[in-house]
Amino acid sequence: MRFAFSPDQLAMQTALRALLEKECPAPVVRAAWTSDTGHSPALWRSLTDFGLVGLTADAAHGGVGLDELDLVLLLEECGRAAVPAPVLEATAVAAPLLRDAANDALNARWQPALASGEAVVTVGLAGSDFVVAANVADLVLLERSGELHAVPAGALTRTAQRSVDGSRRLFTVQWEPSAETLVADGEVASRAIAAARDRGALAAAAQLLGLARQMIAMTVGHVTVRKQFGAAIGSFQAVKHHLANALVKVEFARPLVYRAAYSMARGDADRSLHVSMAKAQASDAAEVAARAALQCHGAIGYSYEHDLHLWMKRAWALGAAWGSAAQHRARVGEALFGG
Amino acid sequence: MDLSLTPAEEAFRLEARRWLEANVPSTPLPSGDDAEGFALHRVWEKKLFDARWAVVSWPEAYGGRGASLVEWLLFEEEYYRAGAPQRIAQNGIFLLAPTLFEFGTQAQRDRILPRMAAALDVWAQGWSEPGAGSDLAGLTSRAVRDDARGGWRLSGQKTWCTRGAHCDWMFGLFRTDPAADRHRGMTYFLVPLRAPGVTVRAVGRLDGDDGFADVFLDDVFVPDDDVLGGVHKGWEVAMATTSSERGLTLRSPGRFLATAARLVDLGKRFGVDERLRDDVVRAHIDAEAYRLYTQQTVTRVMDGGSIGAESSLNKVFWSELDVRMHATALEILGERAELVDDAPAAVDLGAWMKGHQFALAGPIYAGTNEIQKNVIAERVLGLPRR
Repeated sequence: MRFAFSPDQLAMQTALRALLEKECPAPVVRAAWTSDTGHSPALWRSLTDFGLVGLTADAAHGGVGLDELDLVLLLEECGRAAVPAPVLEATAVAAPLLRDAANDALNARWQPALASGEAVVTVGLAGSDFVVAANVADLVLLERSGELHAVPAGALTRTAQRSVDGSRRLFTVQWEPSAETLVADGEVASRAIAAARDRGALAAAAQLLGLARQMIAMTVGHVTVRKQFGAAIGSFQAVKHHLANALVKVEFARPLVYRAAYSMARGDADRSLHVSMAKAQASDAAEVAARAALQCHGAIGYSYEHDLHLWMKRAWALGAAWGSAAQHRARVGEALFGG
Repeated sequence: MDLSLTPAEEAFRLEARRWLEANVPSTPLPSGDDAEGFALHRVWEKKLFDARWAVVSWPEAYGGRGASLVEWLLFEEEYYRAGAPQRIAQNGIFLLAPTLFEFGTQAQRDRILPRMAAALDVWAQGWSEPGAGSDLAGLTSRAVRDDARGGWRLSGQKTWCTRGAHCDWMFGLFRTDPAADRHRGMTYFLVPLRAPGVTVRAVGRLDGDDGFADVFLDDVFVPDDDVLGGVHKGWEVAMATTSSERGLTLRSPGRFLATAARLVDLGKRFGVDERLRDDVVRAHIDAEAYRLYTQQTVTRVMDGGSIGAESSLNKVFWSELDVRMHATALEILGERAELVDDAPAAVDLGAWMKGHQFALAGPIYAGTNEIQKNVIAERVLGLPRR
């Protein structure tokens, strides 16, 4: 029994954190809110060059070929920096979904493009009405009636659905399934899609950990310098206890998220259950952290100019995306109680 | 990362499970916090010791199995899963013993540990005083040097000593240098509760058991051999003990996993609506989270790391979880929840109400959760002190 990451996995995390501190400071996040597409080609290029975008893409097709356990710490870093880019959709979900469901020709066409940053691939699976980043995607993997389809962006009719998080560009899409768009059906499709849904929930959970930890860090910074009654407000017990409560929630969500990544990577029989535990706990933790952060910032945190809301709104969005805490607990409840 | 068990660990788990299945009393023992029940629990502790299950992580020379931390966690899971009796020896074997391994002399270990493991000596804690609870450094019990006899004379009052009325020895802090700063000038003593000058008075607990004691010391002689970790060094030594209590050794995940599993069973037996079912699921997830968090900690310790202030996160989490789980159980039981002991209609002999009352102590003992949250904020997050 060894519950720890490898030196390589930790080194990648450290390297990505350093990259994001440089390439994705808060002004970059904020700029994505008001840009035309919400997408920064320069940031996407950096993430691609780092190897993040193609991390899970098939090694035989130009990808790095790593798994969920290698990815989870990197997704946490993306959460920490509130990265405004579809890493979850492209890297955590789309690339493995293509690998699991698509034939060689399709993989040969799209995996190298995805890994090289030449193409953005996103997903729209049943259970969600929205497709993230459909405006910048070249290909969208879509589920309908148990079938998986790959639809070129040009064949979609998109309707923008504005998110509270201005960097998340959501769309409802209309499209026509055809023999040409069909990737897989039957058992192959349903298994691949179920795994994709678990990967999405896991990736959201990992980002929520990073978002929550960063909101706590921002708040620690604020309450250490902000003085009232002649003292740093962080010296008051009421403030300390808000932050301690938030930290407890986050630190006890963390091992569930890591265990879910391990179980997904190993194909453990209970992996879906482990993912649900992780997502439920991470969603709740981020919510608690956001509340504590806002309360301890006071009015400055409520201002649009302050960066806290960029993180908080991402946490709200990801808390509900890929299944809310309540939905995931219901899935655990079915396993414990039946039906 | 590798969360699997080795064949040797699996074998260890199975051996523990088989022994517990064959030996755990089929009817629960009476509470070990009352005199009669305490005596029966002492017999149980001896039985554990004879089969070398009392102190699995200790060296074989002291009655242990030299088990790894992973094996210890497995034993604990099996122990609570089997519904085995409460460990009346726990304050000695889980709190004092780690301190003896770290700070004690070879002679102290050889003299104290075998008797502790066999429950020939059962140990009580002596921290709190009437004027020193959360602010432990405010304690005033004192020890005066007795050069002629080669030791110290202890006076003062210790309070809230768990099972102190039934125990044989007590460990705790006494002020040896009244002129020193409040966190200095204290010494960690091992005190025989049958010594002349010691008066022990049982104090009833919330649940009615004589689970507390006041210990009055009037010029009690303690030889130099019973100073642990050096004169005036008591605070550092005591802090090592309290981080065991908050963290890894006193409240292993097995206890909460077993409670969560019983809660799921209770929900199935009595039925749960959607909200109560959600509460049960939360308990199950939280117990899993605690198990995995502990595995992270164990890995870090095996890699040479230490526990430190993070034990405060631990303590807040498990104590609040325990309260939530019992509150959920009482809701499931409805009007039956209030039935206790031998009430004919009581469910599981009123174990959930009994457990609820014990769980409510969790956020108070081992340093209140309010103090723990200060520690988390100051020592983990780095917020300024007052």
